[in-house]
Amino acid sequence: MELVTLIGAITVFILAIFLGFELITKVPATLHTPLMSGANAISGITIVGALIFSNTDFNGGDPGVAAWLAFFALILATINVVGGFAVTNRMLNMIAGKRGGK
Amino acid sequence: MDEAVWDIGYLVASILFIMGLKKLGHPRTAPTGNLYGAMGMLVAVVVTIAQMDFGETNNFILIISGLVIGGFIGYLMAIRVQMTGMPEMVALFNGFGGAASALVAASEVFRRINENDLPEGLELHVAWTAIGLSALVGWVTLTGSLLAMMKLKGGVEIFGTWYRTPTWGPEWLNYVKGLVLISIVGLLYMTIEEPGNQDYVIAIIALSSILGILFVLPIGGADMPVVVSLLNSLSGIAAAFTGFIIGNNVLIIAGSMVGAAGLILTNIMCKAMNRQLIDVLFKSFGGSDKEQVTRTKVGSDPEEVAMVCDGISKCVIIPGYGMAVSQCQHQVREFADILEANGCEVKYGIHPVAGRMPGHMNVLLAEASVPYEKLIEMDDINSEMGECDVAIVVGANDTVNPAARSGEGPLAGMPIIDADKARVVIMVKRSLSVGYAGVDNDLFYEDKTMMLFGDGKQMMTELVSSLKDL
Repeated sequence: MELVTLIGAITVFILAIFLGFELITKVPATLHTPLMSGANAISGITIVGALIFSNTDFNGGDPGVAAWLAFFALILATINVVGGFAVTNRMLNMIAGKRGGK
Repeated sequence: MDEAVWDIGYLVASILFIMGLKKLGHPRTAPTGNLYGAMGMLVAVVVTIAQMDFGETNNFILIISGLVIGGFIGYLMAIRVQMTGMPEMVALFNGFGGAASALVAASEVFRRINENDLPEGLELHVAWTAIGLSALVGWVTLTGSLLAMMKLKGGVEIFGTWYRTPTWGPEWLNYVKGLVLISIVGLLYMTIEEPGNQDYVIAIIALSSILGILFVLPIGGADMPVVVSLLNSLSGIAAAFTGFIIGNNVLIIAGSMVGAAGLILTNIMCKAMNRQLIDVLFKSFGGSDKEQVTRTKVGSDPEEVAMVCDGISKCVIIPGYGMAVSQCQHQVREFADILEANGCEVKYGIHPVAGRMPGHMNVLLAEASVPYEKLIEMDDINSEMGECDVAIVVGANDTVNPAARSGEGPLAGMPIIDADKARVVIMVKRSLSVGYAGVDNDLFYEDKTMMLFGDGKQMMTELVSSLKDL
């Protein structure tokens, strides 16, 4: 990694932190749990890392410790992502569905 | 085609995440926000798989099977969980997310050591620092979340015996935590000095796992929502560090954004309890030394309570975790419907930390079709409590405990719903036992308080039928 790439990544990191602070400053209490759950599902983005390493590691043909770790990470990250969005959706349906009186 | 073109896909995913998180903060747009988040994730996964070079391997099948297995398990868990189990579920998913980041970091470091492909210079510093931090935050998130989940449940069942989750933390434990953290930072430095030695990495993993447990162990069950929220923030940060390892912006953006958002939410929750985050985390509270209940109170029966409720003009229902446990929100709604049919005004007073998660009560009552406008937040309902004929407390305790006003004890300074200002207080509760904070509640023993001892669902059902019989 070159210095310019590193500084670029740190810039993105800091700016995204500020963005996160600004995005959700005012949220009604009703939405706290779904918001936490939805944000948690988004943090499952680490699935991308698990996918990439699942591929490179198995290329050798002999799956070592590293390969198994990556594959296990892939399963856990997928549970986090799919389960997280599904459970958030369930909660929101309960809240929003009733509010409209439908 | 230049490989960098694929990064446009990651940009699209990042935009979807940002818009999704923003929309999740407003009631009207929240379902769309969740959909945007899921779409962003789909884009990120498809882009990642599409640019992979599988060569002669069967990796494609392997990766797809990983996605299918994980997706199936996750979906099943999400569909089958009860509304009461929601907080535990979020804690568990959160632990998995942290673990995934930590495992990715471990995978990278073991691969590089085994293949003797050690980076040098700046790359070494960046990669190994990111791996160390990702491991630290990831393992702390995993063990901390698992312990938080068990605390939310109250205990675990092993071979038919129920073990209560312990809460333990003398003051010196804080120094131990500090020492462990310093050791981890020291080890992190040593991995960079000697990048080929995997023992250091294993030591970081072990110490981080221990730190997660030490971190949550002294914190009482009442503060678990704050802890889960903070751990949620940490799992985002872990994902961001993983982004530094693989040099991918979408991980850095989504991870740090969630980290910041989680921190805001944690802060909102602490404010609701009128406590400082530092106090919650490092001053143990509730649990071990609970007050012994020595006083007694004669319970009332549903018929008596039904007679009191006949002909009143204003009633406030104050739900707590007990309502979630006994799943009696439908009976509560039915009770409110009867009162309303008799011309009584019914409102629900929602304490910000009622239940085990912010918004926990709202979700339950929404499930029972209670109109959103009737759920009144603490500050607004408190100004009306004086003119309230009957306050019905369903499975709540600490959130209506007047001891919070005294300025002493574990509850000191926590804002409460002023149930004691109502003319009559009815408490539906299994016993006189103390709540999560471990403080006896004076409200039980006041003359105007009627105790309905029993399971929430059973009591509310009996109350409804008694009201109908009047």
